[in-house]
Parts: sequence; C-alpha cells; structure tokens
Amino acid sequence: MRTIFYILQKELIQVFRNKTMLPIIFILPIAQLIILVNAANMEMKRIRLHVVDNDLSSTSRELVSKFEGAPFFEITGFSFSEKYADNQLLTENSDAVIIIPKGFERELTKGNNTALQIRINAINGMVAGLINGYSGQIIANYSLEKQKGKGGNSVKPGGVVDISYSFWYNPDLNYKIYMVPGMLVLLVTIIGMFLTAINIVREKEMGTIEQINVTPIKKYQFIIGKMIPFWIIAMFELVFGLIIGKLLFDIPIQGNLFVLFSIAGLYLIVALGFGLFISTTANTQQQVMFVSFFFLLLFILMSGLFTPTDSMPYWAQQVNVINPIAVFLEVVRMILLKGSGYSDLIPQIIHLTIYAVIIMSLAVMRYRKTGA
Amino acid sequence: MKRFKSFVLKEFRHIFRDVRTVIILFGIPVAQILIFGYVVTNEVKDAKIAVLDLSKDEMTIEITNKLTSSGYFLLVRNLNSEDEIEEIFRKGEAREVIIFEPEFSSNFVKYGKANLRIITDASDANSANMLTNYTSAIVRDYSFSQNKSSAVAGQILAQSRMQFNQNLEGSYMFVPGTMALILMLVSAMMTSISITREKETGTMEVLLVSPLKPAQIIIGKVIPYVILSFGNAISILILGYFVFGLPVNGPLGLLLAESLLFIMMALSLGIFISTISKSQQVAMFISMFALMLPTMLLSGFIFPIENMPEVLQWLCNVMPPKYYITIVKNIMLKGTGFEFVWFETLVLLGMTVFFILLSIYKFKIRLD
Amino acid sequence: MAEKEIVISVKNLVKKFGAFEANKNLSFHVNKGEIFGFLGANGAGKTTAMKILCGLSAPTSGEISVAGYDVYAQREKIKRNIGYMSQKFSLYEDLTVMENIRFYAGIYGIKKNLIKTKALELLEKLHFLEMANTLIGSVPLGWKQKLAFSIAIIHKPEIVFLDEPTGGVDPVTRRQFWDLIYDASNRGITVFVTTHYMDEAEYCDRVCIMVDGRIDALDSPDNLKMQFNAANMDEVFIKLARNSDYEKV
Repeated sequence: MRTIFYILQKELIQVFRNKTMLPIIFILPIAQLIILVNAANMEMKRIRLHVVDNDLSSTSRELVSKFEGAPFFEITGFSFSEKYADNQLLTENSDAVIIIPKGFERELTKGNNTALQIRINAINGMVAGLINGYSGQIIANYSLEKQKGKGGNSVKPGGVVDISYSFWYNPDLNYKIYMVPGMLVLLVTIIGMFLTAINIVREKEMGTIEQINVTPIKKYQFIIGKMIPFWIIAMFELVFGLIIGKLLFDIPIQGNLFVLFSIAGLYLIVALGFGLFISTTANTQQQVMFVSFFFLLLFILMSGLFTPTDSMPYWAQQVNVINPIAVFLEVVRMILLKGSGYSDLIPQIIHLTIYAVIIMSLAVMRYRKTGA
Repeated sequence: MKRFKSFVLKEFRHIFRDVRTVIILFGIPVAQILIFGYVVTNEVKDAKIAVLDLSKDEMTIEITNKLTSSGYFLLVRNLNSEDEIEEIFRKGEAREVIIFEPEFSSNFVKYGKANLRIITDASDANSANMLTNYTSAIVRDYSFSQNKSSAVAGQILAQSRMQFNQNLEGSYMFVPGTMALILMLVSAMMTSISITREKETGTMEVLLVSPLKPAQIIIGKVIPYVILSFGNAISILILGYFVFGLPVNGPLGLLLAESLLFIMMALSLGIFISTISKSQQVAMFISMFALMLPTMLLSGFIFPIENMPEVLQWLCNVMPPKYYITIVKNIMLKGTGFEFVWFETLVLLGMTVFFILLSIYKFKIRLD
Repeated sequence: MAEKEIVISVKNLVKKFGAFEANKNLSFHVNKGEIFGFLGANGAGKTTAMKILCGLSAPTSGEISVAGYDVYAQREKIKRNIGYMSQKFSLYEDLTVMENIRFYAGIYGIKKNLIKTKALELLEKLHFLEMANTLIGSVPLGWKQKLAFSIAIIHKPEIVFLDEPTGGVDPVTRRQFWDLIYDASNRGITVFVTTHYMDEAEYCDRVCIMVDGRIDALDSPDNLKMQFNAANMDEVFIKLARNSDYEKV
C-alpha cells in the first residue's frame, strides 16, 4: 500500500509541475466543452429554398408564401432557369429548389392533378429526408385547402390524423441537456486515456522504467499507482465540468449525483485501464498515439452521442460492448435526465465492472518487468 | 542535393523499418473508413418503439404496420396502459411510444379527426426530434392516402428528386468526412511528433549543424509522410468506390490534386505544432485535442454548419477540413469541376502558406 | 585468505537473441564484499549479462544465483537485495533531488520517518544539502551520477550493479565516484561494475574481461598484468582484443 502511495505522489508532482501540460489538461477541455456544445445540433432550423416559379400566377405565389410563412424555410432567391437553380444546389447556396411548372394554376382550376418538382441536395440523407417531409407537408396542406376552398359538394373533406407530441424528460427539446454531459465525458476520456497511455511508454523511452523494474515493486502496485493520480484528475474534471455545465447551460439534474459519481469512478477505471493497457503494449509514444487515436475515434463515433446507436447494423451494436463510452453515456443520460437509480442501472454496472476487471488484469499481465 | 536525397531515404527507412508502425499507419485509416462507412449513420433505422393501441382497429393496425415496415422502426412491445411508459423509458427499452386513442378509425371516418400521440424519450433531443419527424411523416402519408380515394381531383402532387444521392446513402455523407478527419489527424500528428521527437532526443541539433539547410531538413522529414498520407487517401478513395459505391463523378485528377493539397496543409500545420511544442507529449495533445473534436464537429462532418450559432459559423470558416469536405463532395458526388471549388482550393493554399511562414518565423526565433 | 562467501554464482550462462549469441557459456562467481569489474568493448555482452543478473532480462540457459536466490524462480527476491544504476541516466529530470530520493526510498519500502534522516545523511555526505530542492534536470551530470549511485544503495542492498557508471564524466568526478564505491564496499556491499575505462579496472579487486560474448580472462588486476606481461590493464586488454573477431571487423 505504501509503495503505491509513493508512485502516486511522484506522478502528481510530475503532472502539476509541467506548466505546459496543465492548461492542456484543465483549461482546454472546459473551453472546448463550452464552445463545441453549441455546434452539436441536428435540428434543421433553416432550410434554404430557391424558387423557380414558371407560372407566376396567384396560386403559385400563394404556395410560395406558404413556404415563406413556415418556420423552417427561408427563401434564398427566385429565378426562371432550372440551370441556375441547379447551380444553387451545386454551390450549396440553397438546400432545395422548388420548380413550379407553367400552367400550374390553369390545370388546377380545370380540376386536373398537377405536379411540381422539389430538388433536394441529398448528400446528407437525414437532412434531405427532413426537407422532403416538411415541404411535402406544406404542399399537401395547401392542396387540401385549395380543394376545400373550391368546396362545393363535389369534394368531401378528408379525415385528419391529429398528431400531438410530448417530449419526456426534456419538453423543450433542448439538445444541450444531453450534449453537455455527453461531451464532457468524451473530453475527460480523451484526456485520461491519453495521459495514462503515454505515461508508461514515456518512462520506457526515458529509461527510468528500468530503474523501477529492478526494484521489488509488484506489477499490480505499479499499475495501480500509475492509475490513481489520473483517476483523481479525471474525476475532478468531471465534477468541475458538470458544475460549469449546470451554471452555464442550466442542465437539469434529476437523479442522485452520488450514484452518477460512483459509476463514473468505475467507468474511469475502465477508460484509464485501457490507456495503461495500450501503454504496456507499445514501445514508442508515436505508436501509443496511433493506437489510442484509433480506439478513441472508434469509441467516440460509436458512442451514440452524435449519431444514434440504434441505427447501427446489428453486428456493430454487438461489437459496441467493448465501447465503454457508449455504456457510460447511457448511464449519464439515465441518471441526469430520467432520474434512474442503481436498480435501473444494474446491467450497465455489471458490464463496467467486468470490463474494469478484465482490462486491469490485462494491463498488469502485459506489463513486464523482465524483457526477453 | 545528393545529401538531401540520402537524408530523405534515411527518413523512409526510419518509418518503414518498424513493421508495427507501418501496419498502424496504413491499417488504421482503412479500418476506420470501413467501420464508419458501415456503422456511423445519422439516419433513423430500426429505432425501438412501443405502441399503446387503445382501439386496435383496422386503421391503427395498418398504421403500425406502415411504421414497422418502413425500416425506420422496430416494434419492441405492445403496451397495455400509460403507466408502463415510464418504466420502458427508464430502462431504455424503447425511445418512442405511439398512443392511438380509443375508437380511432370511427373517429377518423365520422368526425374527420382521430387523435394520435407520440411520446418520445427526449433525453437525447436530437434523436427524439428525428424520430418524431419520421413518425409524423409516415402517419400523414397514410392519412393523405386515405383521403385520396375520397378527393376527386385538383391535387398538387409533389415530386421530389434527391440530387447527388438518390438512395439517401449514409456513406455519401460520412466517407468524405472520415477521409478529411483521418488525413488531417494522421498527417498533422505524424509530422508534429516525428519532428518533436528529434528535438527531444537531441538529434535535431545534430541535423542542424550538418550542412543541410533547415528547410531541407524539414522538407526531408515531411516527404515520406506526404507519400504515406497520399497512399492513405488513395486507399480510402478505392474503398469508397468499391465498398460503398461512392462515385467519382468529377475529374479524378483534380480530386487527387486537391487531396494532395489538403495533405500538404495538414503537414504544414503539423510542422507548426512541432515548432511550438517542447515535448512529444505536448505535440500529441495539441494535435489530438485541438484537432479531433473540432474537426468532427465544426466541419460539417456530422452537424450541418448552417444550424450553428453565427459565432461558431465563423469558427468553422477557419477549420481546414470544412473546405476539403466541400471539395470532396463537390467533385465526387456533384461531379463539378474546378470552377466550383476554386475558392476552397485558394483557402487551403492560403492556409498552407500561412502555416509554413509561421513555422519558419518561429524556427528562426529559436535559432537566434 | 579465509573461505569466502559467494554472492553471485554463474554456471554456463547463455543468452541468445534469435540466432545471435550475446553471452556464450559464461561461468564465474563473485565473492561477498569485493569490487568485481566487468570489462569489455561495446557490444561484448557486458550489459546483457548484467541485466540477467538484475532480473531485467531472462537467460536462455545456465544456472545462476544472485544473493542466494535463483534468477528463474526468485527474481523478485533478488530485487529486494540488489541495487542497480543503469547506463542510461535514470533519475526523474522533472523531480527535485529530494523528491527522487524519497520516491526510490519509498518503493524500496523504507519507513517514512527513516527516509527523511537517510536522505539528509546521504546529501550531507555528498555535500549536496543546498541542492536538495533543485530539479534533477538542472544538476550537473557528475553530481547526478553520484546521486544516482547513492540512491541505488539507499536500501543497503547486498550487491549493487553499476552499468558504466562513469560514462561521460570528468576525471576528478570519476575519482570522487570511486571513493563512493570504496566506501560502499567497506560497508560490506558487493560491487559489480561494468566499464570500458581500463584505468578503472585497476581499482577493482578482480576483473573479468569479456570479448565477443566470452570470458577471456578473469583474475585480479596484478595477476592479469603478470600473466600477460603487461605494464597496465590497457595493454592486457589490447593483447586480448587482438585475438578477437572484434579487431578483424
């Protein structure tokens, strides 16, 4: 026990003495959190629409005004040339183009069905789907209105499904409520995993590890002594970041913070243990860097924070059990936003515990005091 | 020149001697593009939903079928009462619950209005929003189709054409983004670390007293990485084409040239990072931290830039990947030529020159 | 001389790295309290053999015991009883002199209140007290070496292994360094030292000369000089080296 204490003391002194690293460890992540959270918004608030109105009738103008009045659309320009309109899509000056054909009003008044075209930049399939949905809805509503307006007895008003929405746990659909703690977890993980991953390999490169290997220190003492200081730093950063999040973004905290921090402690053992494991397998900092870069990118993009995990193929969801970030983000969301307690989180706790045991054992096993 | 050549060869040997490093350098980008191309998508697919059907009539069953057969949703449970909703949300079993009121279809037919409620677990607001939109679209579609038979004529039909990505493939969006992310991180990180390493081990001083000029040293160190990164870019493009069916509609030569330009930009950024960091650790953290999340979030890779607050949009304008992603999408997917990407090209060129000048300036200060 | 206690015994030590044989069938022993010099050119296999004795590297074959423990089965017990100072400088540059002492004393399990007194004692002996709170990074090399040696024996090991401890140090400091070695030896610590400075070989009780992974000679410096009919150790070494592949390369 005392041996571990001495390693811990040494590591902490080294971290706090390094004046270049301190701001990188403590200030950069918080600054990134505050700035980047604002970027992670999936909502399409502003769909830029270009109009090609070849009809120039009161009907076509009325339809365009429906788009103008809709909350999501913004008309970016009018023209009479399809080529020009397509160019708007190519240059990304518009997200969609609506083309109203000549004779649009005439056909409608005659009682014929008439078609108009919407061209959507579909590179982002999700956004394209939304644009299609929104515009289709506006057109359909207008069409119905027109039919009803012509009224008479020939048209019977159709039925409507009246859809009402409730957004539980987050009635205003404020994406920051989830994004703030989520991003915080990412940042703390990047910092923690990197610091631990670099640590042992750095002693290898400097040659100091040999001096330690010749002492009677136990392998587990060494690994644990290396982990605890970074665990403390990461834990502090998590708490601190959450306070900032609470003050700045007013994230609600439904559940028990003690539950959150106890599971966070467990999670950090997994994340840092992963870093230590990488560190024991590599010989140079460059190697460590690439391997951790690979795993971090994988873990982050498959964490479910930026894109839904439900949409991943089945095999990927299975593979995702090795992704500690995904598991912990689920925990964070459940505790902070839904007020879940230990009893709701048993599967995640078991998952993380098993993971922690495995990764720590691997790190201890892979760390060799004796070379070949 | 001969000295320079032998120096470059030495750098090559240095990188390629260690098999593990080579596997990492080539394997990681390939693995990432494969994984992300298949896995990371922002569309809704098989989202878990539960249904509380208080009417269980023809219409509600039909709507439920429409939802589940769309591929967007997966029905995990039929509920019997509203009390169960809390539980399934807390356990995370489903993300959305759809409630049909009693007498749904007779209300629809008799009174022209039937009520349906969508309740989402909005703890993840982005995906809740998406789920609600998709569900409503399907329900509306259904209700319009019900009306079609009754409506006589004079309908406006909207024909939508999905430009550049007819089948709404997620990979069209993510492959260019991942490509930018990987090239950026790999190139910038590799150079910054390898140069800082020479500084740390003291071999840089040896090189500096050699007859090689500082610029030659830096160029010599960078050339192998240019070739390596370019190899990566090509392998990513090949994978994109053969595995994900990403077309190259525009001129291939231009695409390659632009990729080379982007790599040069990233490498000069790497050189700049190495001039400001004292140890490998610092170089690593700067390139990882300052680049990874910002590249992911502020480049239009995942989140549309137009939706961001104005201040962030300005910030996006100084993020090099934003320009590269635009270039790649334009050339590959939209099939445009240079006339549509000249501005982005100019920006990348400007950034490259900027970082090189800044590095030279920093380097000179240190030597004095 | 009375029957001597043997602290290191090596029989038929072989160490291979793939096809390359770094140590070819070495056999020797080291007596308690003596200063045992391990000489040889760079690449002769000195460091390899020393690392095996310290438990940093596993031998390919051979019977080896250090401080009465077997290097295969009781490696960790050996580590409790030895000190080691490597060729690569091994103190933490970003810790102060005092912090380095405290750290190493701590992981050797020295009691907390004892660490302080031991550290002060050590610093006083080295006339180093005023440097206690200086970062190692800004301490001159010769001082660092003396400090590293003192730290390597802070837990009073039976044997201390020194791998080219005086590399790159000025002659005056080297002399002072050897005073420290004599002092340790007088306190009963066995000293096992590798070097390629032949004048240093003269300071040893016995020296073992390695050439191409073999032991070519092993005796006291005086006996060796007599045997090879040489004026000093330098000549002995040159005469031996002439017979080796090393010269032919």
